[in-house]
Amino acid sequence: MSERRFTLITGRTTKQGRSIHLGKEATEYLEEISTLQMNPKDVEALQLKDGEQVRLKTPYGSTVVKFKKGDIPQGLIFVAYGGFINSLVGPDTQATGMPNTKGIEVEVERYG
Amino acid sequence: MAEGVAVKEAKELTVVKGVTCPFCGVTCDDLEVHVVDGKIKDVKNACVLGKDTFMHHLEGWATPRIKGKPATIDECIEAAAEILAKAKYPLIYGLDSTELNAQRKAIELAELIGANIDHTSSVCHAPSLQAVQTVGISSCTVGEVKNRADLIIFWGCNPAEAHPRHPSRYSVTAKGLFTPKGKKDRMVINVDVRPTPTTRMADAFIQVKPNSDYEVFSALELNRFTKFQCAPMRGHGNVVGMAQVLTWQTGYPFAVNMSRGYPRFNPGEYSVADLLAHREVDAALIVAGDAIGNFPAKMAEHLQSIPLIAIDPKESGTTKVATVVIPTAQAGIAAGGMAYRMDHIPLVMKKVVDSPYPSDREVLERILAKVSSMKNGGNGAPSPASKGRG
Repeated sequence: MSERRFTLITGRTTKQGRSIHLGKEATEYLEEISTLQMNPKDVEALQLKDGEQVRLKTPYGSTVVKFKKGDIPQGLIFVAYGGFINSLVGPDTQATGMPNTKGIEVEVERYG
Repeated sequence: MAEGVAVKEAKELTVVKGVTCPFCGVTCDDLEVHVVDGKIKDVKNACVLGKDTFMHHLEGWATPRIKGKPATIDECIEAAAEILAKAKYPLIYGLDSTELNAQRKAIELAELIGANIDHTSSVCHAPSLQAVQTVGISSCTVGEVKNRADLIIFWGCNPAEAHPRHPSRYSVTAKGLFTPKGKKDRMVINVDVRPTPTTRMADAFIQVKPNSDYEVFSALELNRFTKFQCAPMRGHGNVVGMAQVLTWQTGYPFAVNMSRGYPRFNPGEYSVADLLAHREVDAALIVAGDAIGNFPAKMAEHLQSIPLIAIDPKESGTTKVATVVIPTAQAGIAAGGMAYRMDHIPLVMKKVVDSPYPSDREVLERILAKVSSMKNGGNGAPSPASKGRG
């Protein structure tokens, strides 16, 4: 099983911002927040095939998402803000009040 | 009608102009909302995010309930007041997708029950707000950006997706007094860890490594060469409003603790993330925000283990597990008020349609009155200052 360390970036996307108005259980919304973007070379290195899922792991928890190839630097992955990445984020704020939702070290492996 | 004469009501189109969009921090105030028979039929001038905010405002409406069972709004308000009156160290949180008067009421309630009060600035902009508290901010209005700015740096933000009309109204293609040719009069730089749709409208893209912004800022020494203005790109429609109201009432923009009867500010202790991670609060009131749906798992876990009240127009991860759910009229659509744009300019939010539910402000006012009478034997006198934990 090939497993690699990546840096996870989370943020807003247009699709997420639009579909949130359909409701938090709307298919369009759930689809957007459960899809990871990865550089095509990383997809190749992990030997991922279209339609497969990946598991993301941090010391705080893990989650399973779909992937798609994206225009993103190698070593970085992006997932839109939402319920799927919550389990990966630790509660420590380093006394700022803000949990770290950008630049999180995660382990990525093929799932299933 | 009174005489029993059947009158065929014409389906009249009402166009409400100058409507302020409640969705993101740009709070565009030039929307035109077309209303037919009390229903929104079209929205002009809005971006896709704003348009969907209005067009889908009826999707996923919340319903009033207590412990999962249907209840009336009155019963829900009573139940919420009981929870808050009993709590020793409660939390009031959310508040950025509502209007200014609801925010004022929430702060009044926090004072009455000795609560911690915090809002989404805490989990989105806590370090930037602390920097502003510490050293101040050299800033300007978006009007000045439109009329004067000839160099724009979008740093670690993606307005093309998060604030779609910011570039066309103010910062990229907008034509102003000293920028008559719009984009041709501006240099646009995008600094980020990855290219985004914003990169495509920039003249140059500088890719930095994640978590290296401080080093890059320090090396650049921007103000050595010219005078820069700084403007955080705020997410929620009225996130700046909550920071403004909280600051003029307590002196602090977020993470405020009222347990001693006077405000104390300490991010890392009274901030929502830390209060929940340390399992400190014993009841929570979440207004116009989905805490459970957006928080790290460990924080959400504690929220689910305490009495939780959700005031929200729509169902969410939070309403799904809340002890008491109180649906409200959505601020900026079915309830009027004020909102602060991301550059601290107050704008009027209009009510364009009716809702069967009360506004956030009315619900908070009624909870406040109930809690006040529960705490003071019905005489409505202010509660003694120090009581809870210190």
